[in-house]
Order: sequence, then structure tokens, then C-alpha cells
Amino acid sequence: MSTVLPEVDERVTRAWNALRAVEDPEIPAVNIVELGLIRFVKTQADGILEVGLSPTYVGCPATEVIRASVMNALKAAGIGGFEVTQVLSPAWTSDWITAEGRRKLHAYGIVPPERTVTSMRDVLRADRPVACPRCNSVDTETVSQFGSTPCKALHRCRACLEPFEYFKCI
Amino acid sequence: MSLGSPAVDARTVDAQSLFRYVLRLGDLSLVLGQRLGEWVGHSPALEEDLGVANIALDLIGQARLLLTYAGEVEGRGRDEDKLAYLREQGAYFNAILAEQPNGDFGQTIVRQVLIDAFQLELYERMTNSLDERLAAIAAKSVKEIRYHLRYSSGWLVRLGDGTEESHARVQSALELLWPYTVELFAEDELDRLMADSGIAPRLSEVHDAWVQRIEAILTEATLQLPKDRPHAWHGKRGQHSEHLGYILAEMQYLQRIHPGARW
Repeated sequence: MSTVLPEVDERVTRAWNALRAVEDPEIPAVNIVELGLIRFVKTQADGILEVGLSPTYVGCPATEVIRASVMNALKAAGIGGFEVTQVLSPAWTSDWITAEGRRKLHAYGIVPPERTVTSMRDVLRADRPVACPRCNSVDTETVSQFGSTPCKALHRCRACLEPFEYFKCI
Repeated sequence: MSLGSPAVDARTVDAQSLFRYVLRLGDLSLVLGQRLGEWVGHSPALEEDLGVANIALDLIGQARLLLTYAGEVEGRGRDEDKLAYLREQGAYFNAILAEQPNGDFGQTIVRQVLIDAFQLELYERMTNSLDERLAAIAAKSVKEIRYHLRYSSGWLVRLGDGTEESHARVQSALELLWPYTVELFAEDELDRLMADSGIAPRLSEVHDAWVQRIEAILTEATLQLPKDRPHAWHGKRGQHSEHLGYILAEMQYLQRIHPGARW
């Protein structure tokens, strides 16, 4: 049986719900919980609600916007005193994107990350072809490792000739 | 990769030493990021504009984390912006390779390969730092640096193993920039203190791994490894080439004429 005080539990739930309504400013198809950016929501001993937020890339300009959106969402949810802590360790990984987040990315035309980059060997080896999100052909090519945002690479489908983006493994 | 058992207790390292060391790391990222930013709108192709700008952005991100930490260590109320915009040339501690001019795209790529490989070997080891903050920053940064090196080394191979012209250009850029790499690994008393206390890896170890990696890339790029030559560079101690002043003049201009201006 749960021994958590009902009002505390309810505050955490409300915070999570509020956070699920915060879209990624660059990829509005997914919310920040689906991207795995919220590491925890917990109540500190002094009653302050602490939210752990991880940046995707250290220089990503969206990080500032996301932080401000999180603060606004929590304020609007009326959950009382809170603070947002930046969590660098363990470092955010594309592995933390949820199954629902991956489905939404794909439907939005961005291929979700396919594997984890754990070693240099993995990074330096040739890319496996990424399937086109529109026609599913694997006859695709990498145009650039760096796309319109730090987290995405540019690809092109040789079958349907459409360009598409790939969410990088990191 | 362990950093070995420390000879000096990391907790006893004085704040001023740690402050200066963290600035060495942060300034290298900041100055190189600023340099790369000069390519925006001028790269050989749109993809390269995006690639170089993305790498510059990551480097500025590293600098922000490191300068913020340096300011906290110093404890005199200087934040990342004060440290970036209000320090003069002699108070910047980056190795001077980072401030060398972009030259042609090949020269930029050579500089990038040399520094990416250095950062990769350094930060992979620093993930085990006894300084938890540096360990966390290293773990975060190293993932991005892998992509940087993948990009820069990919280009170096294409240019080195490309046309006669591209080969000659990157080989001469390599000869031009190689002497500056010596400073990256020249251990002074500050580097030694950081290694002795388990805060940073030993630079000789970083150097061995770096040379191996660079040799492998140069072989694939059909380029010759230049010979080491004696050096007299001390950017890590605040003695810079004439180039840094121009970078700072542009970067700090707004804060200098409108002190305290905010976006």
C-alpha cells in the first residue's frame, strides 16, 4: 500500500501532466517528457517540488526556451513552490526518447534514432542506411551529419527523391 | 579508464588553480567556437555551413558550462557572460592553436581535426575526474565531440585523398599548424597539479592516444605526419598571438560600448 501523502502525490502527478503539455520548440510534434528531458519530479524535505531537466546538446538554443516553458507550465499548474535543476550527469541520450515519442517523430517525418553511440568505433563506421519515413525505401543517403538543429542529420531518399531528417544517436 | 590513485587530495586543490585550469578548457572551446562561427554564410556549401555552425554551437555550449563553473569556483560573482565578455587577452588561457586564423576550408578542417582529437582523448578520460562537475561536463561533451571528429576527419580524408590541389593545401596547413599542437600537451605545474589530484588526466597519456588517432586519420588521408619542432607558445599562461585580440574585439564589442546590455 502506498504511504505517500495523497496531496504530495497529487502535486507530482499534476507537475508531470503540466510537463507533458510542453512541446519541444524545434520539434512541436513531441513533448519534452517523450524526449526524455525530464529526469525526475520529486518533493524535497522543505516541500519544494524539484524538477530535473537535461539539455539535449550543450549549445542547443532550444534549451533556454524549454527551461522557460517548463517554469511557465509549472506556474500555470499552480503546484506551489518549485525549482528546476539542470541535470548533466548521466548525460542525456537519444535512448531516453519514449516509444510514443519515436512513433510521433516518425509520423512527423523525422526518423527516430536507431542505435546508441557508445564507442568511437561505432561512430566512425559507415552508416547503415536509414529507411525513408515517407516511402520506407532503404535506398537513402546522408547529405549532412548536421541538420537544421543540433540533434538532427540531413538525409535524402533516392527512391522518392524526398529529403528527410534523422534524429541522431547520441 | 581510471585516472590512477591521486597523489594530492582533490579537495585540497586551491580555488585559484582550479579556476585557471577550468578557464583553459573553457577558453579553448569559446575561442575555437568563435573562430568557426566566421564561416557562417561563407562555407563552400550549405551543408558545410550547417556542419561548421553546429560544431561552433556545441563548443559555445561547452564554454558556457565551463565558464559558469569557473566563475563559481572563483567565488567573486563572475558569471559566464562576465568571464567571456569582460576579460582581456592576457586573462584568456586557451592554447593558441584555437585562435589561429581559419585560412581556407582545408586549413580550418586541419585545425579542427587536431583539436577535436585532443578534446576527445582529454574528455573521455576526464569522465573519471574526482571533480564531479568536470566529470559531468566531460561526459556530456564527449558525445558531441565524437560527431565533431567524425565530421572533421571525414573532410580531411576527402581533401587529403582528393585532388593534387586539395592534397597540397591540407598538407601545407598541417605543416603550418602542427607546431602549435605541442602546447596542447606541454605539461606545466598547473597541469601537473590537476593530474596529481585526479582532477584531470596526465597530458602525456592524452598525447600518446592523440598521436595514434591522428596517425590513423593521416594515413587514410594519404598525408604525411609533420615532425615535432620546438615551440615557444604560452597561450595557456595568457601569452597569445596577435590574433586573439581581434577575436575578442569583435566578440566583446557590444558589452564594451553598452556595459551590462542584455538581449
